[in-house]
Amino acid sequence: MLRLDALTLQPAETCAVIGPSGCGKTTLLHLVAGLLRPTLGTVSVCGQRLDELSVSACDRFRGRNMGIVFQRLHLLPALSVLENLLLAQHLARVSRDGAAANALLDALGIGELARARPAQLSQGQSQRVAIARALVHRPSLLLADEPTSSLDDGNAVRAIELLRTQAQSIGAALLVVTHDRRIRGQLDREVVLGGAA
Amino acid sequence: MNWPRLALANLRASPLTSLVNVVLLGLGTASIVLLLLIGEQLSSTLTRDARGIDLVIGAKGSPVQLVLSSVYHADLPTGNIPKAEADRWASDPRVARAVPLSLGDSYRGFRIVGTTPGYAALYDGQLAAGRFWKAPMEAVAGAAAAREARLQEGSHLVGAHGLVGGGHAHAGHPYRVVGVLAPTGTILDRLILTSLDSVWELHEAGHPEDDHDADHDHGHAHGHAHKSDPLPEAEASHDQEADHAHDDAATGDSEGREITALLVRYHSPLAATTLPRQINAESSLQAAAPASEITRLLQLVGLGLDGLRAFAGVLILTAAFSVFAALYGALKARRYDLAMLRCLGATRAEVLLSLLLEGLLLVAAGALLGFALGHGTMEVLGRWMAASRGVSATGWTWLPAEMVLIIGLVTIGLLATLLPAWQAYRTDVARILAG
Repeated sequence: MLRLDALTLQPAETCAVIGPSGCGKTTLLHLVAGLLRPTLGTVSVCGQRLDELSVSACDRFRGRNMGIVFQRLHLLPALSVLENLLLAQHLARVSRDGAAANALLDALGIGELARARPAQLSQGQSQRVAIARALVHRPSLLLADEPTSSLDDGNAVRAIELLRTQAQSIGAALLVVTHDRRIRGQLDREVVLGGAA
Repeated sequence: MNWPRLALANLRASPLTSLVNVVLLGLGTASIVLLLLIGEQLSSTLTRDARGIDLVIGAKGSPVQLVLSSVYHADLPTGNIPKAEADRWASDPRVARAVPLSLGDSYRGFRIVGTTPGYAALYDGQLAAGRFWKAPMEAVAGAAAAREARLQEGSHLVGAHGLVGGGHAHAGHPYRVVGVLAPTGTILDRLILTSLDSVWELHEAGHPEDDHDADHDHGHAHGHAHKSDPLPEAEASHDQEADHAHDDAATGDSEGREITALLVRYHSPLAATTLPRQINAESSLQAAAPASEITRLLQLVGLGLDGLRAFAGVLILTAAFSVFAALYGALKARRYDLAMLRCLGATRAEVLLSLLLEGLLLVAAGALLGFALGHGTMEVLGRWMAASRGVSATGWTWLPAEMVLIIGLVTIGLLATLLPAWQAYRTDVARILAG
């Protein structure tokens, strides 16, 4: 049971939800993404109440307006890095834009990996690809689940910085859920769950 | 990047599994296609060669053998029949046309058929060169016989006793080829035609008890005159041949002449109800209808083809099961992929369709391979048969049954994919991603 009184993000605002394992962070993220439906209360994204949408409409809405970076990155292994990005564009129902996808990969410093397979990438490279895939259709809301848990201190800070700057560059709000206290103080707002502040 | 490309990429990601599935499906499909084509072409060849022949009248014996020997020239004749008796039925009012055949000799494996030009007309055989025979010992070669035995107008050929070659040669009595027929795609192409007189003359000539008037008038149109043998020693072993159809043909006088069979075309289909029964009951002859004998024969062959077809069906089912196992087995490994597709904006229906698409792509590739393989093999087989047997067969035809096969393949493919696709449809994205 996750209880949350109210949480509102402004456009382009960044927010960290911090709490220990099992406090409901991932559930919150799934609720916001529309992958779960709340038993009580409502979730609205870009002014759209998700519970008013059918399952299919919610899938489409999520695809168009949100980008999600999971702890486990789930890049499609059968596709190249660039194809993973192009598929995200296709599923978000935005027009195919290979130039934008390549530019984004360049901005993330992995432009030369466009033709590589996910299996050939390092963990850090894979995460950048996952971030690129979550941004390539220019969503309004970027969600990240434990983006720093498997990274050392320096890389953890850099990953959060990357998420923040990239979200800002397209004017998207950013919601990060994590148990990682290293990211405290890096985002606009912090919400602590489970009294573990 | 769209759904078909994603499906292709997924199939390419496990190339060995995909290849095995496509090859299994292809082999099963090719077997069925080949069996369909062989069955169809066999029956169409048999039907084409029996065109215009409602009834065969010949000596008592096996009706299938009578039809095989005198229509398809594929078996030994059942024996000979008196021409006088055959003529009686030829002039029956129920008979529109009757063509006599006298068999017994061959040249390099091509049968020499004593008959009338009406025989070539049965198959719409046109002369490509020369003319039909006017005198005994003149012959007209069918297209394939002429090509393969290198016969042309003016060639001479020496018939050998017996129908399969290797028999005693009628060395002193060469035929002269006076005409060559255009190809018809029927058995006619592989025959050498001559007059009845020629056959009679050849085989009467050697018998000492025959007419001794020493008349050498070979031009005699009716061939009634019996000739003395210019090469008596060549005929020494002739009488000992037991398996020929025309041994007895030589013993009688002109009234006792014999033929091997009479090919009959009815005036009206009604004749079929009375004429064969009457012949079989009232005479020493046998009447057999090619159509019903073909049907009997094809039923026998059909049993074999059905068995093979069932075997090919098992192959296809195995392939379908393999497709199912591949997709279903991969489902567990790919459940994160499928959940991710949903997160990226794919609806449940789209995820379901993407898996169906993968299954159908496998089936389509297998079917394509199978149809190419089946038709290609048939074409190779057809060319080989045309060269060695004179049977015209081709792989470049399309049968209505193949449409049914395609529908069956798609159905099987859908069934094999449906359960994995349904599982994908029901994927609980949040649970998988949280786990």
